[in-house]
Amino acid sequence: MAAAAVYSNPGFDFSNLTRNNFLAEKGIPLPKATSTGTTIVGCIFEDGIILGADTRATEGPIVADKNCEKIHYITESIRCCGAGTAADTEFVTNLISSNMELHGLTHGRKPRVVTAMTMLKQYLFRYQGHVGAALVLGGVDSTGPNLFTIAPHGSTDKLPYVTMGSGSLAAMAVFESYWRPNMSRADALQLVKDAISAGIFNDLGSGSNVDACIITANHTEMLRNVEMPNERVQKERSYVFRKGTTAWKKEDIKKLVLSEEVTPISGEAMDTD
Amino acid sequence: MDRIDMHRLKQGEVNLGTSIMAVQFDGGVVIGADSRTTTGSYIANRVTDKLTFLHDRIYCCRSGSAADTQAIADFGHYYLQMQAQVLGSAPSVLTAAAIMEKMCYQNKDQLSAGIIVAGWDEKAGPSVYNIPLGGGLFRQPWAIGGSGSTYVYGYCDATYQEGWGKDETVNFVKNTLALAMSRDGSSGGCIRMCVITKDGVERKFIPGDQLPRFWEGKEILGEATQKPPAAISAVSDVAPMAVEV
Repeated sequence: MAAAAVYSNPGFDFSNLTRNNFLAEKGIPLPKATSTGTTIVGCIFEDGIILGADTRATEGPIVADKNCEKIHYITESIRCCGAGTAADTEFVTNLISSNMELHGLTHGRKPRVVTAMTMLKQYLFRYQGHVGAALVLGGVDSTGPNLFTIAPHGSTDKLPYVTMGSGSLAAMAVFESYWRPNMSRADALQLVKDAISAGIFNDLGSGSNVDACIITANHTEMLRNVEMPNERVQKERSYVFRKGTTAWKKEDIKKLVLSEEVTPISGEAMDTD
Repeated sequence: MDRIDMHRLKQGEVNLGTSIMAVQFDGGVVIGADSRTTTGSYIANRVTDKLTFLHDRIYCCRSGSAADTQAIADFGHYYLQMQAQVLGSAPSVLTAAAIMEKMCYQNKDQLSAGIIVAGWDEKAGPSVYNIPLGGGLFRQPWAIGGSGSTYVYGYCDATYQEGWGKDETVNFVKNTLALAMSRDGSSGGCIRMCVITKDGVERKFIPGDQLPRFWEGKEILGEATQKPPAAISAVSDVAPMAVEV
């Protein structure tokens, strides 16, 4: 009788690579990652930063999530919009958020936006573009408002207004036309909404709702779904089938909820002091 | 896909299709660059600062991949800070250039970076070092680099003269870059310059609508029938943003 091998060969195991190449040859492609074909923006206004994002996540031609969140938490006064591979943007922002918290604790002061920017760019550069995260990082710190873009290969740009993702061209057209230095809070929010809307309506990879985040020196306001231009309307007719449309021959009802009796055996109680 | 495709490997990378330049003169060096950063045919940043701080009197001009050159410059900045602490004095331009060259040469398989290091030090005075694509370290009285430089080698050869002062050198850099930017599609925007002397670093900025203009073919094509609209940059309260982090 054949027994399972106890010992495995030392070193790396490349059998999955062989399998994947075999499957690819047979015409079965590798599964695609969920990407956020996205419009994300950021802009500086008179007393802080406003970030904006659409809420569509796609898997190739399919809308995977109609209302996802693309503005990620880094610290209370630093937030980050993500475009590109959804899993990568989620994990890279989580990781840097965690490291920023520890950084703040070890040094006893609030970490700056450039700190997060440097951590992100060094991480992305190390992975040579294989971590597919395109980010818009913004926040207010001891040096004032800061806004950056970080590309997947690890290059960064510092600008007063930025856009990223597949809808970046549509959004940038809005910014290039209407952005002015020292805008008021209301004007800047409207501009961000317009830029994201331009992405939602003109870019196939972007859609659904507008999220925004207003960061000032002592307050951060997350505006989830500030604009919902694509709400589903009430159907004009009801398409519910009438009861008894399907004929049946037999009825069998099973009880799916099982009850269980637990007898506690006396033992030493857990030390909770 | 059983072998690595270089085109796919670097797809979507942010590139500095660039015109960069550095020229030495008696009292210091003038460095300059255009301000365009591209991803394919899209201008990702039209006011980029490619003149990057390495030490108090040493700067570098970056061309090639934005990610690669930023990473190299960050490492160079770090090494020079360490060097200055250990030595207790400012590092020389040669030291800075040698550190940058070492990184460019040893990692040549994974990098696309063409860098010009320039500055002023106590030992050699003003100096310019060119580090081309695969590494190598060349001291030159003037150096040009990036995709736009190919168009202006002849102009530089014909124009450059020894013994120039600061103003003549600044004009030479400004004119050369304007010519390169007008011929090279992946260079453009505005001109950024730095004058590095013993006394300090002076930054200069030439907006895109105030670039030097040369022959534009009016003699053949005739004058434009319509005046170009007033530049949008006429917004009065634009404050220049601090570019150095």
